[in-house]
Amino acid sequence: MERLTPAESGAPTPHERDGLPTVAPAAPGRWQIGEITRIVQETPRVKSFRIELPIWVPHLPGQHYDVRLTAPDGYRAQRSYSVASSPLDEGSIELTVDRLDDGEVSTYLHDVLVVGDKIEVRGPFAAYFVWRGESPALLLGGGSGVVPLMCMLRHQRRAMPEADLRLVYSVRRPDEVIYRDELGEETLLTYTRVSPPGWDGHSGRLDAELLAAAGVDPATGAVFACGSNGFVETASQLALAAGFAPERIRTERYGPTG
Amino acid sequence: MSDFISRAFGGRRRPPEGMEGRIPPGQYYEAGFPVLTAGPTPHVDTATWTFSIDGVVGAPRSWTWEEFNALPFEDVPCDIHCVTKWSKLDTSFRGVSLDTLLEEVEPLGGFAMAHAYGGYTTNLPLEELTDGRAWVVTEHEGEPLSAEHGGPARLLVPHLYFWKSAKWVAGLRVLDSDEPGFWESNGYHMHGDPWREERYWND
Repeated sequence: MERLTPAESGAPTPHERDGLPTVAPAAPGRWQIGEITRIVQETPRVKSFRIELPIWVPHLPGQHYDVRLTAPDGYRAQRSYSVASSPLDEGSIELTVDRLDDGEVSTYLHDVLVVGDKIEVRGPFAAYFVWRGESPALLLGGGSGVVPLMCMLRHQRRAMPEADLRLVYSVRRPDEVIYRDELGEETLLTYTRVSPPGWDGHSGRLDAELLAAAGVDPATGAVFACGSNGFVETASQLALAAGFAPERIRTERYGPTG
Repeated sequence: MSDFISRAFGGRRRPPEGMEGRIPPGQYYEAGFPVLTAGPTPHVDTATWTFSIDGVVGAPRSWTWEEFNALPFEDVPCDIHCVTKWSKLDTSFRGVSLDTLLEEVEPLGGFAMAHAYGGYTTNLPLEELTDGRAWVVTEHEGEPLSAEHGGPARLLVPHLYFWKSAKWVAGLRVLDSDEPGFWESNGYHMHGDPWREERYWND
């Protein structure tokens, strides 16, 4: 059974205050038909989909849902997507999806879905790459790998404002910054290919200097790294070299899905 | 079974002709070999590498890299299925059958916990590891297995979801009862048969 806040936190959790369960169910995950209630174009190739669920359970920040598409002849395709919204958003989830040109599910979500459409989903799943209130924590995101990390940040801001989360977010170019308006002082952004005009922040790939600039103490901090395999491999090796213990470095690698 | 149809979905990544029957439900055909790992990639030196089988066995033993490489190797052509939905068909590995390794230790329990350099674990019934269905492999498609894919040696149990094929495998502990490993403690199925779509708890 998973708690949404760490045992050492003495304050009642937001869910206790709201009369909602503090514990995610051990057996979530039947297929259900949700309704798209909002679509946000985050960047030219990334959209967020708000899905209202008939059977909603609070997720842990970092968990994913599976999406299943069914064709009239019975052919089906499934993919997993990280939840972007805080579990305090009762009754709905938001999935942020990168459109992959050769993808099957992401292209459908982007090109076909409109508000009011129904979509089959099940979740939330997996209890490893999840934030349970660890503080301090260093979040390392590459591209759309920022999605589960934004879920952690959104939840931290609403549920545990005293927790110390820092985000290092690597994007290739200015038009690929997801959640631009929500990046605050906890975030160090770096552009690896093209920086915006007049940019005086970081440029280039994640390196030891940028990781150190985030200011998370390797002796006490947890690390969550998410992105492409190349990004995560670099990020986790840099975190190891900085002195973070391997068992406190959790990774999630986005393989070719779609 | 749900009769829900996704509006205007035709399916644009169906398996190639003739391969439909080899893609388990909910999986898609993937030509590449994606990398999925819960933590940093461990780099294991073959000079200190060992593979051991212990626990509820008549005669525990371990093999050094040289001893292991003196065992009979076989080619293993297979299809593999990752719980994250991709399936890779017609790939091949090369390694030593678990039948060969288990023969030397006389297992007495019915279950095994595979454990790996880096701390990963995964549980399997012993009967899933025998009769030519599981190997410890050191080569993939003619090349030494890379570190990111589990080299120098990984478990290969292609008839189960691929998280059961522990990367950087260090050994098997034979047990009297089935205990959850790493992913099995974190929401994934104890058994993991892709043809029965045993992905998560309660599937």
